[in-house]
Amino acid sequence: MTAPVDTTMEAAHGQGWAERLDRRSGGIMVLPAVIVLLCFAIFPLIISAYLALSRFALAPGGFTLKFIGLTNFRKVLVGSQQYHLLGQFGAFGLVQWLSVGLVAAGLLVLLGRYFTRGGPTVLGTVGRVLAAAVAMGLTMLAVATVAPGGVPGTVVNTLLYVVVGVFVQFALGLGLALLCGQPIRGRNFFRVVFFIPLMVTPVGIAYTFRMLADMQKGPFAPLVRAFGVGEWSWATEAWSARLMVLIGDTWQWTPFMFIVLLAAVENQPRDQVEAAQLDGASGFQIFRDITWPAIAPVAATVVLIRLIEAFKIIDLPNVLTGGGPGLATESMTLHSFISWRTQDLGSSAAVGYMLLFISTIVCVSFFNFVVRPARRFEA
Amino acid sequence: MKIRSLLAGVSAICALAGAPAQAQDKPFAGVTVNVITQTGAIQEPLQRRAPDFEALSGAKINIIAVPFSDLYQKILTDWASGTNSVDAAVFAPQWMVDYIAGGYLDDLTPRVDADKDIQQDDVGAFFRDFSEKYNGKTYMITLDGDFHMMYYRKDILDAAGQKVPTTWDEYLEVAKATHGKDMNGDGTPDFGSCIAKKRNAQSYWFVTDVVGSMTQSKGTNQGTFFNTKDMTPLVNNDAFRKALDFLSESTKYGPPDELNLDVSDTRPLFASGRCALNLDWGDVGTISIDPAQSKVMGKWGAAVMPGAKEVLNWDTGKLEACSAEICPHAVDGVNHAPFAAFGGWGGGINAAADPKVKDAAYAFFSYMTQPAQSNADVTVGGTGFNPYRASQLSYSDLWKKANMSEEEAKVYLGAINASMSSPNMILDLRIPQNQKYQQVVLDEAVSRFLAGEIDKEATVKAVEDGWNELNDEIGKDEQLQFYNATIGAK
Repeated sequence: MTAPVDTTMEAAHGQGWAERLDRRSGGIMVLPAVIVLLCFAIFPLIISAYLALSRFALAPGGFTLKFIGLTNFRKVLVGSQQYHLLGQFGAFGLVQWLSVGLVAAGLLVLLGRYFTRGGPTVLGTVGRVLAAAVAMGLTMLAVATVAPGGVPGTVVNTLLYVVVGVFVQFALGLGLALLCGQPIRGRNFFRVVFFIPLMVTPVGIAYTFRMLADMQKGPFAPLVRAFGVGEWSWATEAWSARLMVLIGDTWQWTPFMFIVLLAAVENQPRDQVEAAQLDGASGFQIFRDITWPAIAPVAATVVLIRLIEAFKIIDLPNVLTGGGPGLATESMTLHSFISWRTQDLGSSAAVGYMLLFISTIVCVSFFNFVVRPARRFEA
Repeated sequence: MKIRSLLAGVSAICALAGAPAQAQDKPFAGVTVNVITQTGAIQEPLQRRAPDFEALSGAKINIIAVPFSDLYQKILTDWASGTNSVDAAVFAPQWMVDYIAGGYLDDLTPRVDADKDIQQDDVGAFFRDFSEKYNGKTYMITLDGDFHMMYYRKDILDAAGQKVPTTWDEYLEVAKATHGKDMNGDGTPDFGSCIAKKRNAQSYWFVTDVVGSMTQSKGTNQGTFFNTKDMTPLVNNDAFRKALDFLSESTKYGPPDELNLDVSDTRPLFASGRCALNLDWGDVGTISIDPAQSKVMGKWGAAVMPGAKEVLNWDTGKLEACSAEICPHAVDGVNHAPFAAFGGWGGGINAAADPKVKDAAYAFFSYMTQPAQSNADVTVGGTGFNPYRASQLSYSDLWKKANMSEEEAKVYLGAINASMSSPNMILDLRIPQNQKYQQVVLDEAVSRFLAGEIDKEATVKAVEDGWNELNDEIGKDEQLQFYNATIGAK
C-alpha cells in the first residue's frame, strides 16, 4: 500500500525539481558565460585597479605590492611622465583658439538642441555633459600638443589612429563595397582579394610593411631614389612615421569594413533601387535616398566595433618603429606594454585605466548619439 | 650527497661530449629543459647544437625565443609569478642582480668549480670574475664576449686620405669626408657612419661609449654613470652634452632611416659595403669574413672605441684637457674607455627547476661553453657569440678556416684584447633595476632628442630627473652601495 504513495510522491518531487530547474534554466544557461566573464574580464579588471594604486617591487622569493594611492595616476597625468601620456603643450595662437572655439560651439549647439527639442532626462543630461566635457578635453589636448612647440603624447597618437584611421577605413570599405555590389565581371574574385589582409596576423602585416617601407633595401627603394628623395626616410619624421602606421592599419582593417558593408549594400531593397533607376535618378541620388538609409544602422555598428578595436592598436607601431622616432608613434596600449615590460606595473595599469576611460566614453557616446539614432532612422 | 650526485651527472655529460653516444650512457634521457633567450643571434647556436646535445645526453633542449626588448620581463614574470615554465635562460649579466634579489637564480659555484671541461682558466678574467659572478658566487656560464668596438673600411679611408679615427671628433671628420661616396660599386651613394639608434632596441649603449670616454679617465673603479660619493647622475655636464652633439652630428652622415635601425640592421649594412665607419659589438667582424653575406672581405678593420682629448672635471662639470695626472691611461693624449656593454650573454638556471632538469641545463651550458663548441661558434657571424676565451683571442686555424686573414685577426682580436685588458674599461650598470635607468629613461630621452622632440638641455634634464627619481624610489643609499660594489669604488 505504501509503494504507490511513494511513487506518487517521487513523481511529484521529480516534477517539482524539473519545474524549479525549468524556472531557473535561463540563469543556469547564462552561468558558464558569467563565470568565464568574471574570471577573464572582471577579476583581471579589479586586480589591475589594485595594481594601478600600488607599487610593484621584487622581493626575495617573489614580489611585494605597496599601496600608494593615486601616485601612479598623478605621475602620468601631472607628474614626471605627463609628457609621455599627454604630451608637451605648445603655444596657443589664433588657429588653435579658432579650432577650440569651433568645437566648443558645435558641442554647445548639440547640447542646446537636446534641451530645446524637449524630453531631457537627468541621465541623458549627465551623459551628454560628460561626453561633451571629454570631447572638449581631448580636443584641447590634441590642439595644444599639435600646436607649434608641442609634442603629442600617447593619448593624441591613439586618437589619431582611431579617428583618422577608422574614418579612412570606413570610406575605403564603403567605396569598395559599393563597387563590388555592382554587377561587374569577376566581382567574387575581388571580394576574396579585398578580404585577404584581414586574414593576416597584425604582426605579420607589420613586418611586411617594414620590409615594403625600407628605404634602403625595400622594393620601392629604387623608385624613391629615382624621384631624388633617397636621402629621406619616413621613419625619422614624426608625421610620416605616424602616416606609415596609419597606412598599415588601413590596409589591414579596410577589408573588415568592406565585407560587412558589402553585405548591407546587397541587402538594400532592390525594387526601390530599380524603381529609382527607371525614374531616372542619378547614382548619387540613389545612394543618398535609398542605399545610405538602408545601410546606416549596419554602418554605425561596424564603425563602433572598429572604434573599440582601434583603441587597442599595438602591433604595428611596436614592430614598425618601436614607438619612435621619439614617442611619435607610440599608442596608449604600447605605452602600457612598455611600462609593464620594465616592471612598472603600477604605471602600466594606470595607463590602461586611462585608455579604458577614454575608449568607454567615446564608444558609449558613439553608440548613443550615432548607432541608436541610425537604428531609429531605419525603423 | 646531493651535490656529489649532481656533479657526477655533470661529469658524465662532459665526458660524453668527446665520446660516441650510446643509449645506456645518456644520463638525461627523458628530461626536457626549456631555455629562453632572444630571437635570432644567440638563439641560432643554441638551437643548432641542441639536437647534438640531445644525441649525446638524452636531454631535449627546447629553445624559446622572444625579442630582446621582451626578454628581461618574460624571464622575470615566469619566475616571480611561480609559473616556472622556463628552466634556464641565456640573458644579460646586468639583469642578474634583479633575478638574484628574488632568489630565482641557482648558485652554480660548486658545479663550475668541479667542472674541468669548461676550462675556466681559459675564460677572460673580466667574464670569469665580473660577468659570471655576484657577491663572490657564480650564477652564470659565459657563452659570449661583449665589447663595443669601432669598425672601418680601410679602402675607403685610404681613398679619402683619412686616418683611422682615435677620437670622436676625428670620427665625425672621417664620416663627413666619406659620406655620400659609392663604397660598394653599386652606383648609389653610401654612408659615412652607421650607428644603431632605434628606440626600444639595443641602441642606448652607444650613448655610454661616447660619454664614458669623457667621464671616466682614472680607471674602471672611477665609474661613469654616477658620482660614487652621493649617487648624483653624471649627466648634467659638458661631457653628456658633447655626447649628445656627437650623436646628433653623426646622424647627418648616416643612413636616412638610422633612427629606426637596430644593430641587426646596421650589421648587414656594413657587411654589404655601405658604411665607412660603424660602432658595434664583435659580431660585425665575423659577419665581415663570411663570404655568403660580406662584400667587404679584406677591406675592413677594427679598433678600440675612439676616445677624447678632454675629460670631465667632476666638480665643475666642465671638460679639461688631458694631462698625465687627469688621464693616466691615455694613449697619445687620448683617453679611451672601452665599454663592456652588456657584459656577454650567459646561461643561468632557475633555482626552482626540478633537480634533474637543473643538472641537464647545466650540462647543456657546459657543453656550449667548452672550447670544442665555443671556439667554432665565436668565428661565425650569425651566432651572436664573440670571443671570450684566451684561446679564441689569438690567430689560429679556427680563424683561418673562418676566412679571417692574419692582418684582419691582428686588428679585430687586437681590439678585443685591448678593450678587455684596459685598466680604464667601463663596466656596465649592474645596480637593481638597471634596466629602467638605461632601457627606459636614457633610451627614451636620447630617442626624443634625436627625433627633435626635445632639445639638448631638456634631454639632460630628462635623464637627470629620471635617474634621480629612480634612485629615490628604489633607495638612494642602497643603490650607491650596489654601484660602488660593482665597480670596486673605494
